[in-house]
Amino acid sequence: MRDENLIGLIVVLAPLSLASVGGATAIYAPLQHEAVELRHWVTPKEFLDYFAMMRFMPGPSSMLGAMIGWKIEGFLGAVVATLSLYLPSSLLCFAAARMWHKYRGRAWHTAVERGLVPVAAGLVCAGVLALFQLSGGGFKVGAVMLGVAAILTWKKRLHPTRLLIAGALIFEVAYLTGY
Amino acid sequence: MEVEQPERVPLLDIYRAFFWIGLFSFGGGLMPWIQREVVTIRKWLTNEQFLAGMALAQVLPGVNSTNIAIFIGNHVRGALGSITAILAMLTGPFALVVVAALTYQYILGIPWIAAAAGGVAVAAIGMLLRTGLLAIQEIGFRFAPLLVTVAVFVAVGLFHFSLITVVLVATPISILLAWPRGANA
Repeated sequence: MRDENLIGLIVVLAPLSLASVGGATAIYAPLQHEAVELRHWVTPKEFLDYFAMMRFMPGPSSMLGAMIGWKIEGFLGAVVATLSLYLPSSLLCFAAARMWHKYRGRAWHTAVERGLVPVAAGLVCAGVLALFQLSGGGFKVGAVMLGVAAILTWKKRLHPTRLLIAGALIFEVAYLTGY
Repeated sequence: MEVEQPERVPLLDIYRAFFWIGLFSFGGGLMPWIQREVVTIRKWLTNEQFLAGMALAQVLPGVNSTNIAIFIGNHVRGALGSITAILAMLTGPFALVVVAALTYQYILGIPWIAAAAGGVAVAAIGMLLRTGLLAIQEIGFRFAPLLVTVAVFVAVGLFHFSLITVVLVATPISILLAWPRGANA
């Protein structure tokens, strides 16, 4: 079972590493699908909890993978998950860093840059949908989610931590008043 | 062509710089800070070199901040520099994940804390939504690229197609759409 779980982590996370254009935001949807729905590594609630915790901790949000690894196989699971998430993309980045100067300024260079934006946009939106469904949806969730997005659009320089605290307070009041 | 290298940067310096960056990296927006550390203060590379690295880090899969750490590490000390930089970036966050994993069940077992955590998660989803909207804004009102975005969203979000397949199919199409008119390959 142990080997099976560790191999499972590699099989799920290593491909996501190479597909994570724009960082962790791109992989929330498929990670949720695999870890919660298909493999039952974590419950929907745990996945959401981890997601929330990553926002209050330093480091890339893809450390979410390390939390899932820890849940199913302890320390070794966390190490395997972290390596699976970082090694493939890091090796690719290292190879690219070596090649980079050689091909700078070419037309395709700009095209690659611009061409990746629509793909990243679609992936992020898919991640929003997956997390919205996980959190149970409904009016309270939708209102806070849209509110945060709207405020960030309006006040671009606002520190994100304040919005996270505001979200916590709103849910706290809702909890205490039994809503 | 070799980049001019005035002096060998000690690996310990690379580790120290990226350890602190990693430990204080909350919710993105890290690039300006890394830039200040390595360009303005330490002068490990020029601003132009940094910006090239930044573009690369964003284009490639993986986390932007660790990607640029690899780029800078390679720039100052080659492969060893890259390994040092990414290990340094992940040391702090990984240690905290261990702490979080150990305490998680006790803390979130308390109902009112669980309620607050739920609020944080939903606010964070809102931030993610904002990131998605910004990316769409970057595309602008151009039909074909927007169609790519919608197709990727539907394939991954609604139909749960394999992410890597979707990225491998959509990316070349999207790059072709962004190809400057009249330019040769």
